[in-house]
Amino acid sequence: MSSEDLQDTDTEARFEFKKEQKSAFQAEKGLTEETIRLISEDKDEPEWMLQRRLRALEQFHEMPMPTDWPGQPDLSEVDVDEIIPYIRPDVDVRAGVDDWTELPDDIKDTFDKLGIPEAEKNALSGVGAQYESEVVYQNMRDRWEEKGVIFCNMDKAVQEHEELVREHFMTKCVPPSDNKFAALHGAIWSGGSFVYVPEDTTVDMPVQAYFRMNSEGMGQFEHTLIIAEESSEVHYIEGCSAPKYSAFNLHSGGVEVFVGEDAHVQYSTVQNWSKNTYNLNTKRAIVEENGRMEWISGSMGSKATMLYPSTILKGRGASDNHITIAFAGEGQDIDTGAKVYHNAPNTKSTIESKSISKDGGRTNYRGLVHIADGAEGSSTAVECDALMFDNESTSDTMPYMEINESTVDVAHEATVGKIGDEDIFYLQSRGLDDDDAKQMIVSGFIEPITEELPIEYAVELNRLVELEMEGSLG
Amino acid sequence: MATLEINNLHAEVAEEGGEHILRGVDLEVASGEIHALMGPNGSGKSTTAKVIAGHPAYEVTDGEIILHLDEDDVDDVDVELDEEDYRWNLLELEPNERAALGIFLGFQYPAEIEGVTMTNFLRQALNAKHDEREELFAGEDEADADGEDEDAGYETSPMEGPADDGEIGVAEFQELLTEKMDLLDMDEKFMQRYLNAGFSGGEKKQNEVLQAALLEPAIAVLDEIDSGLDIDRLQDVSEGINALRDEQGTGILQITHYQRILDYVEPDHVHVMLDGKIAKSGGAELATELEDEGYDWVREEAYEAA
Repeated sequence: MSSEDLQDTDTEARFEFKKEQKSAFQAEKGLTEETIRLISEDKDEPEWMLQRRLRALEQFHEMPMPTDWPGQPDLSEVDVDEIIPYIRPDVDVRAGVDDWTELPDDIKDTFDKLGIPEAEKNALSGVGAQYESEVVYQNMRDRWEEKGVIFCNMDKAVQEHEELVREHFMTKCVPPSDNKFAALHGAIWSGGSFVYVPEDTTVDMPVQAYFRMNSEGMGQFEHTLIIAEESSEVHYIEGCSAPKYSAFNLHSGGVEVFVGEDAHVQYSTVQNWSKNTYNLNTKRAIVEENGRMEWISGSMGSKATMLYPSTILKGRGASDNHITIAFAGEGQDIDTGAKVYHNAPNTKSTIESKSISKDGGRTNYRGLVHIADGAEGSSTAVECDALMFDNESTSDTMPYMEINESTVDVAHEATVGKIGDEDIFYLQSRGLDDDDAKQMIVSGFIEPITEELPIEYAVELNRLVELEMEGSLG
Repeated sequence: MATLEINNLHAEVAEEGGEHILRGVDLEVASGEIHALMGPNGSGKSTTAKVIAGHPAYEVTDGEIILHLDEDDVDDVDVELDEEDYRWNLLELEPNERAALGIFLGFQYPAEIEGVTMTNFLRQALNAKHDEREELFAGEDEADADGEDEDAGYETSPMEGPADDGEIGVAEFQELLTEKMDLLDMDEKFMQRYLNAGFSGGEKKQNEVLQAALLEPAIAVLDEIDSGLDIDRLQDVSEGINALRDEQGTGILQITHYQRILDYVEPDHVHVMLDGKIAKSGGAELATELEDEGYDWVREEAYEAA
């Protein structure tokens, strides 16, 4: 999806609105009903969506901040009373993003280091609308539309595909009551992607959404809703492969995936957040009989991340596959993992989690596998590998297994290792310098993830890891 | 023709209170020669190999390791060379710089690196060697300029990486690799496997020789490359080692416990190491003598002389 499509509401009107509302928003401390009404009005939303937002807001206020998870990241800096000013950065900054030259240096620098050509940079920052992939995208879109596939901006979906959205949006998959940040998301969500694939339809090229540079500023609370009907197949990729432009410091996205009977959905994402961002998301899939869900994610950047994509294996024979990678450098606490609920017989899941920590960074695998009473013949295999660069870095593994059925197959394996001096020396003796040797070891370590991604994402993920290791992102 | 010259080398384990292992090693290996370094366990053979390559676990406390290069060792270098470019003090250089100048260490236990295919690894190693040579011979000023270029982004497409005319391209590399693998009678399936991961002992050793064939070092130090090989594999590996010398004029320092490999790789010189120094040197016949009579007589001879 092009950046143009993600912001094709009336941009000018929105900017006007923001100018008018700027002082009101900033005067308002904390999340209020008035704020939510303004967002909803700005988007010209139907009444039911406003009501859902308001209900979510109530739930947000009712729920306490999570503070008592063992070893959880410190969220004390996340002051909910300060959230609103953050979602409305000042107008100058917002306007400035339309001009490449006015982007913050570190972001320009990242694009340079990623080797993204000027034309693409312009497209990503919302200036130039034309580059090759857009044309390709248009062709693909025409072909899909004939088959009834829908792929559009979430805000637009509320207007144009109201019934589908109304039925699925934060009702059965990620209700706002799920957790405090799901509630926050439900109240102030904006932007994101909507994907609908009808029965017996295979979308044979990955559906891609770029959130690399968000000139709308509100995409920090983007919502992704994917509905794959019976026997359909789709691969959705969300690329956040450069740090988001972040005038504020909280990202709380929501992803909901409905995998129908015999359907197959792969959700892949490569994300890189600025180092002052709290990245607190809720992502969940519900899988019907013999359906298959795959989560592939690379989480980079952020000050603290709490993210546990989860899957509910609802129908008999449903399966789930998680592959995640996390990278934590200095001052970063990346707490990620996966959750799988086996609620039907013969369901299968695999979780493969890889983490890298350096310069005192912390990574944690936090996982939950629940096998319900009656889910006989189910199996799960969890594998966590942690790689550490030095003695200052830490990595923990917290796998929870709740097994309420006896005829199941459960495996857990965890390895923690420091990048081996002998491995580095071996590569050095072949001519690679110290940095390249480490880079090669890490590339190999994350290879199970990169091999699952289209090549351009794999290349970018590798390049991002390389930049992280040089300590040149930040 | 290059010569590796080791003078009075003393080394100890780098950590505090580390054991003093090398106590005055003197050795000279020239390209085109095959030297066997023998001796009982713990005499310092492997340590010598690692210290030559620059292993960080050892600290050199005395002596020197000099690499003398010749015109034909540097004919790929485009810059004008000074006299000092022919004489390198290896102790001042990083392991990868030593590798770039033409030192190769064949490991007894090579590292296994998951996720890195042989092809990818070998091509990167070859290109890294090329780049490092340029930097070493061009001097530090130009080397720094190179470093800046590297981060300037891709001039072509991200898939191809930064443009650099000097680097070996994928097609050219494949051709070279196929040629070297044919020489060693290796299966091409190897190339898509991860570096040493799940390789049998024999495959690992063969892989070490392949790397030496590809990187074309002036001097290859092969640390017990014969250990754990069955007779067929031993012959393959030996042929590979002979080819290193015959085809590309590599000088070989062959560390071994056993006479066995020397039946296939005939040494020009044999050295016996005892207690951290070379106790006796001789021709190929010395190895046979050791095989028959063990090391005790060498020890006695050495201590009488002292």
